[in-house]
Amino acid sequence: MPERCISIRGGRLIDPGNAVDSRTDLHLADGRVLAIGAAPAGFAPKRVIDATGLVVCPGLIDLCARLREPGLEHKATIASESAAAAAAGITTLCCPPDTDPIIDTPAVAQLIRRTAQIRGLARVLPAGALTKGLAGEQISEMAALKQAGCPVVSNADRPIRNARVLRRALEYAATFGLTSLLHPADADLSEGGLVHEGLVSTRLGLPGIPEAAETVAVARNLALAEQTEARIHFRGLSTARATAMLAEARARGVQVSADVSAHQLILCEHDLADFRANAHVSPPLRTAADRAALRAAVASGEITAICSDHQPHEPDAKLDPFPQTQPGISALETLLSLVLSLVDDGVLGLPAALACLTSHPAEILGRGLPATAERMPDCSLGHLHVGAIADCCLFDPAARWQVSPARLRSRGHNTPFLGAELTGQVRYTLLAGRIVFEADPEHHR
Amino acid sequence: MSAATFIPPAARADARRLQLDAEGNLRHFLTIDGLDRALLTEILDRAEGFLGVARQAVKKVPLCRGKIIANLFFENSTRTRTTFELAAKRLSADVLNLNIGASATAKGETLLDTLRNLEAMHVDMFVVRHADSGAAQFIAEHAAPRISVINAGDGRHAHPTQGMLDMFTIRQHKGGFADLTVAIVGDLLHSRVARSQLAALHTLGTREVRIIAPRTLIPARAAEVFGVRVFHDLDAGIADADVIIMLRLQRERMDGAFLPSEHEYFHLFGLTERRLFMAKPDVIVMHPGPINRGVEMDSQVADGARSVILEQVSNGLAVRMAVMSMCIGTQNLALAAATPPGAGHA
Repeated sequence: MPERCISIRGGRLIDPGNAVDSRTDLHLADGRVLAIGAAPAGFAPKRVIDATGLVVCPGLIDLCARLREPGLEHKATIASESAAAAAAGITTLCCPPDTDPIIDTPAVAQLIRRTAQIRGLARVLPAGALTKGLAGEQISEMAALKQAGCPVVSNADRPIRNARVLRRALEYAATFGLTSLLHPADADLSEGGLVHEGLVSTRLGLPGIPEAAETVAVARNLALAEQTEARIHFRGLSTARATAMLAEARARGVQVSADVSAHQLILCEHDLADFRANAHVSPPLRTAADRAALRAAVASGEITAICSDHQPHEPDAKLDPFPQTQPGISALETLLSLVLSLVDDGVLGLPAALACLTSHPAEILGRGLPATAERMPDCSLGHLHVGAIADCCLFDPAARWQVSPARLRSRGHNTPFLGAELTGQVRYTLLAGRIVFEADPEHHR
Repeated sequence: MSAATFIPPAARADARRLQLDAEGNLRHFLTIDGLDRALLTEILDRAEGFLGVARQAVKKVPLCRGKIIANLFFENSTRTRTTFELAAKRLSADVLNLNIGASATAKGETLLDTLRNLEAMHVDMFVVRHADSGAAQFIAEHAAPRISVINAGDGRHAHPTQGMLDMFTIRQHKGGFADLTVAIVGDLLHSRVARSQLAALHTLGTREVRIIAPRTLIPARAAEVFGVRVFHDLDAGIADADVIIMLRLQRERMDGAFLPSEHEYFHLFGLTERRLFMAKPDVIVMHPGPINRGVEMDSQVADGARSVILEQVSNGLAVRMAVMSMCIGTQNLALAAATPPGAGHA
């Protein structure tokens, strides 16, 4: 007898990776998609979800979310943040390796995956460290990290100052089919900087991070990727010029992709005024022109994925004069709504917007995922064809909600969107065919 | 493709709104940026009135009697602290001097903890000096509503009482601002004093403001942000100037690849008697102090007939009295409003 038989009826199924957008039913069993449209003969669902008025899409995939465990449990835990992810429709999270201890050994990677599996609310895929201790000196044991379930490698936002080390690291990662996620920021040009170097840094007297901190790093990384033919992915672009460099490199055939943090598409440097610690992020919020270029790059498909860049903090981390505050936004639970606002603004259509949260990030992770080994998700991640893993997000695209500490499940309440009215509310989240989140019916209005 | 802004206005930490009460009275003095000309003029006029106090036999007025003013200096500065202390005493306030850098924060106490402790001592006003831009505003946001905060210098952001005492000195000598050409020379990038001067000069309607420095010491998009003309040549920049303000150059700028040497800096941007001929004959030369003689200017200029540097120091007292008494006055208005008439006789 198949288990976990669920029918999702009457929703608008948007499966961007398979170019599906139609009103139809979805039938799930054994954690996979059993049928689309008519139920197979004799299918007896244990649960029928009425998805009338809802969009049904693959569970969202977030390429960069810090869960703070192990090491910074006073900020958040895998348990708290995977619950927040489930409430946000996110079923797969990739966490950067800058935990404590750092994810540079299989043991840490396995610890994170197991802790998440025990909670069972979201699939957590640790990014392996590109260099030991993220120190930028010695390459890590990437083959072992991949074996332990790391689909990508990254040096988080720590610099690799030595270009020779970076070159070898990229080559070594490519040996095992691992994409390197790179945060492009030149260490020396960004040192001491807090906000974008421009109008606001000058007015507020805050040390600036120049645009060149990003473009110099992008240029160096592109040159190394081109030389080594290694696949790289830029994590969190923030400048117009970097998107132009990306487009040019891609046109030349360099194996490079890029993502952007959702807040970079919504906010700009002026949202810092005056000294708003919740808008303190790295890379910094840049100019309105940069934001327009990032939006255009998402619309044109040069930037393929949108991340939360979730960084939950304890309240004290933001309760200091601006320069002493820790950068980062608690962003899981606003991710979908912010991306939907791009649809409202006419930046891109709903299926294309959802592709940035599902099939596109899946493609970046998928290259490093072993096909079917030890219950790891296969290449169907981020898709909903028959036989695909049944990660689903069901949301009401018109429902409005107000961001408030009481509504956030994340331990971190550090978001510049507190008090804002956003559109788009998740009603159900299914992880491998199991309902891991169901909105309180009182919030259905 | 316009980006909707989601940030509710109420969630914005807006310095402008923070430092004024509903009627536009000064509650805190955090930055000059955003204050209007009428208010700046009120500060200058009030300071004018306090100038006489120094010459009286009894150098005190009772405007802040019964109030406790705490000097919170997270960064050492004997000179600035002393003038604030003297200003508070002349207003008949009780003064607490707290050298925080050396005590609480070194023991790991957070800034908010320090603040709560002082609140518990029923302090009425904090005068704050801190190495971080935005620190005074942060304290104003988190202190109890009955407490006023005066910014005595926060990072590279603002030093509004210094800015106002400079305006006071200019007005004393030049009468007004509408016909003036003012040149500010030196390390604008790191200068909180310059930011406050630029905001004040702009609001007071100065005809032309120029900034003069090598490009390494000029902040990004300064012309746009401050509405100034940018010069890299001292002689051209001070030509026909009515006022020249020299900024202090920190020694550590030589290590950070901002400048090659003091020698080259003085050669290019140091003010000398000879160069002063470029400016108007009645030019005044200002400096927030302390001066590096032979780096920013030579001694002949510093001690010369055009220098008003020591007047700036005396004026600082009057301006600080003005700002402190205005903030305490706003507090008293709020207290009076909160007390129903006749309640005192019940």
